Amino acid sequence: MKHLKTPLGDEILDLKAGEVVTLSGVVYTARDEAHIKILESGFPFDPKGAVLYHCGPVIQDNQIVVAGPTTSARMNNLTGFMLDSGVRGLVGKGGMSSKVRDELKGKAVYFAFTGGCANLAAARMTLTGVHYADLGMAEAVWEIKLDKLPLTVAMDAHGGDLFAVVEEHAHEVFQGMYPTSTTEI
Amino acid sequence: MSVLSDPDVLQRISDATCTAVRDAEIFLPGDVKDRLKHALEVESSPVAKQELANILENICLAEERSAPLCQDTGIPVIYVTIPSSVAWSGEMEEAVYEGIRTATREIPLRPNLVDPLNRENTQTNTGLSMPPVHVKAGDRFTITVLPKGAGSENVSDIRMMNPSEKGLIPKFIVETMLTAGGRPCPPVILGVGIGGTFDIAASLAKEALLEPVDAMSPCEQEICDQVNRLGIGPMGLGGDTTCLAVKVKTAGCHTASLPVAVNIQCWAARRATVEVAL
Repeated sequence: MKHLKTPLGDEILDLKAGEVVTLSGVVYTARDEAHIKILESGFPFDPKGAVLYHCGPVIQDNQIVVAGPTTSARMNNLTGFMLDSGVRGLVGKGGMSSKVRDELKGKAVYFAFTGGCANLAAARMTLTGVHYADLGMAEAVWEIKLDKLPLTVAMDAHGGDLFAVVEEHAHEVFQGMYPTSTTEI
Repeated sequence: MSVLSDPDVLQRISDATCTAVRDAEIFLPGDVKDRLKHALEVESSPVAKQELANILENICLAEERSAPLCQDTGIPVIYVTIPSSVAWSGEMEEAVYEGIRTATREIPLRPNLVDPLNRENTQTNTGLSMPPVHVKAGDRFTITVLPKGAGSENVSDIRMMNPSEKGLIPKFIVETMLTAGGRPCPPVILGVGIGGTFDIAASLAKEALLEPVDAMSPCEQEICDQVNRLGIGPMGLGGDTTCLAVKVKTAGCHTASLPVAVNIQCWAARRATVEVAL
């Protein structure tokens, strides 16, 4: 298993969709509002080699209570600029569109983190800072240090997309089980 | 029949509700944990193995940290059983809501309940005629909480079938999961309601999620196997287990109707029951 550290460099170009890895080092949380704010006002951190985590954590007394992944597809149309600016990794749940799959090519990868695993995430994290705090707890850009968070490379930098492969296979199996021509009355 | 409205009983109802919410949010039921452990044992895909290992580690950590399993702490759907010697009252329903408000403050829970149109949050997980409190006769006075998250609720489905389409029920169930894909955070449990009226079918499907998942009828098992053959796997990343269990509940229906509802439940199939001392 590969153990990756941020900031990420060209080592991510060797990753293949379906690989299980761990990620350590600083990542930045960013949901819808943070993406829009960054587009308007610029990055509050160096985007070169940076990793964005699609997550709205619950923070209490400067501690991370829970910090599971949110649905990445909401950021489908806000991601191109991030990747053009040097972001090399995205972490979230559920995968992203074919447009993002193309935008990742030669630049960056998308990692899936297990949905609902808010405690596992929090146990492997230390809060190190916050940017755009005025966006509120869920939408602010939290700077979080990861300690070997287990992730799956779901979309690689060469067009590989595990979610798309699985979905296509599921549709084929379903067609085999229930051919459209049959009526089962 | 006695009407119990003295403050002590109402307080005990509030306390029992609060305890049931806490237990449900933090501790996953043993039968669900066993199904997840079994899924990890038989899984052949390394990616799916990692996803299931993450889920099982998260379950242990929630217990250790006394924190909710998932940040979507859901809408707490309430089921009450009440012995025939007791009459259910509006004050008792209010006591249940008070228990939910206390749990929301103390655990704490994410306030999830909003007005459907202006989206204003009530901040208490109560109000606006919610959450539902289903009351049924029973031998003991119990309060059961089923916290239901939105990810799996949003991809649930209902169909008013023709009575002649009985044979298409399994196809509809499997197709509902095919369309849902990885979005409901599989491995899932599928609650199926067949019969009743439009609303009863959906209610039955949710009630089916209260059933233990350690056993299935041959028919439930067959549908579960079909869903697993889709290979959607944990989180939609592929794998042998997409569905931990299918549970079906039925009720009578109009001779011209065949309502079928599928309520999808994520792996965090939370439920807890606490008895109210009388």
